[in-house]
Amino acid sequence: MMLAWIWSDWPWTLDTVVRLIFAIVVVLLPAGVTVYLYLFKMVSFMQSRLGPMEAGPYGSMQLLAEVGKNLQKEDIFPAKADRTIFALAPYVVLMSTFLLAVVIPFGPQATFVNLDTGVFFALAVSSVSVVGVIMAGWASASKYSLLGGLRAAGQLIAYELPLILAVVGVVIQAGTLNLQGIVTAQTQGEIFGFGGLGHPFILTQFIGFFIFLVAVQAELTQVPFDMPIAESELVSGYMTEYSGFRFLMFFIAEFATANIFAFLGATLFLGGWQVPPFVHDLLGVDANWQYFNLIGPGVMLFKMLVLTFVVYWVRFTFPRFREDQLQKFAWKFLIPLSLVNIAITGVLKVAFS
Amino acid sequence: MSVYSDFLREYLVVALFGLLAFATVGAFVGLASLIRPDRPTPAKLENYESGVDPVGDGWSQSQIRYYIFALLFVMFDVEAVFIFPWAVGLDQFGWFGLIEMVIFIFILALGLAYAWRKDVLRWV
Repeated sequence: MMLAWIWSDWPWTLDTVVRLIFAIVVVLLPAGVTVYLYLFKMVSFMQSRLGPMEAGPYGSMQLLAEVGKNLQKEDIFPAKADRTIFALAPYVVLMSTFLLAVVIPFGPQATFVNLDTGVFFALAVSSVSVVGVIMAGWASASKYSLLGGLRAAGQLIAYELPLILAVVGVVIQAGTLNLQGIVTAQTQGEIFGFGGLGHPFILTQFIGFFIFLVAVQAELTQVPFDMPIAESELVSGYMTEYSGFRFLMFFIAEFATANIFAFLGATLFLGGWQVPPFVHDLLGVDANWQYFNLIGPGVMLFKMLVLTFVVYWVRFTFPRFREDQLQKFAWKFLIPLSLVNIAITGVLKVAFS
Repeated sequence: MSVYSDFLREYLVVALFGLLAFATVGAFVGLASLIRPDRPTPAKLENYESGVDPVGDGWSQSQIRYYIFALLFVMFDVEAVFIFPWAVGLDQFGWFGLIEMVIFIFILALGLAYAWRKDVLRWV
């Protein structure tokens, strides 16, 4: 029956296959770019060293070397581990990444799926990775892994709330949950009657943007929020017992998720795939010009690189929080602040509309 | 084709994306299984505990605080779900909707303050 359906609507099937191929590109390619650019090179220059230099020009083939190395490594399942769950955990974590990528728009028509409740869907599936992390931590049957998994769960749920509440401010301003609609709202907006830049929500939602960045940093378990995988205390936490390609999958998922969150942040706060509206006037085109489907991904890539730069900059600058400081920061500072942000945004929206 | 069918198709693509993630990991792990060595020894399959022999079971008891934080999270998360539809429709609701929601957020903040006062937000 399924097969009959695929044949009966051939254009839709082709369209979907193209979408799936692009999904792999969107998830894996930027991950490779940021790992080389920031994790290998930028951190090296920050720490007065050269980083990888041997593989390819300026070490740019190092990534392929790493993948090749991990492909050849033995896949060790600890004797006490719960084998099925242990094997499944990396799948679940990467699934969260792919599902997050579904809603990101890259151009007027260049969307994977233009869900009406895009923001809501993205926030919902971003927490699926917690399940994978707990699965990994529990199934390893190791004390480091269990502690890392529990810490990750405590941290991810604590920072899930500021993340959700920070986005509410944007939703109030845009009046829609559709990510494409949020991009349009930012293009059509004005700053004190001046429409040349549109109205990227970072200008009025800077508190929300700050909370969003901090929460994303914590969701990604990057330093200074890296207690779940603290290598000096927990030896990589929930990843302790993983080896070979399953370990690399956690690694890829972490960096791919960083990029997708940066894409999401760019869409919500920096105007998404749209160029500033004065460029429309210069080119003499309207906001839905078909070539924006080609320009849009480039614009998004640029904005994504800016946001991920901030993520890695913070990562390589700050020391690690203590576990209780982390929880205190989320519950006693970020959540009250985001509630105040929602209230103020609501009042201003109603007063000025 | 009805509108309903388009709606379902959107979520079919979403489901396919989830399957694609499984296929990607499966393909890589499958490729690795063709070329990687597989020589397990009892010492290799032991859990890692800083190089010494592991003591006791890996599945140890964990502290109650995780449970309390999870409960708090569920409460706040469910309430966040109510805030979203309100945020979308704020233009139509006007002052009436705003005052309603400010009361709601105030009660939410009151709950947080209560938890704070009861000292359950302290990670001991």
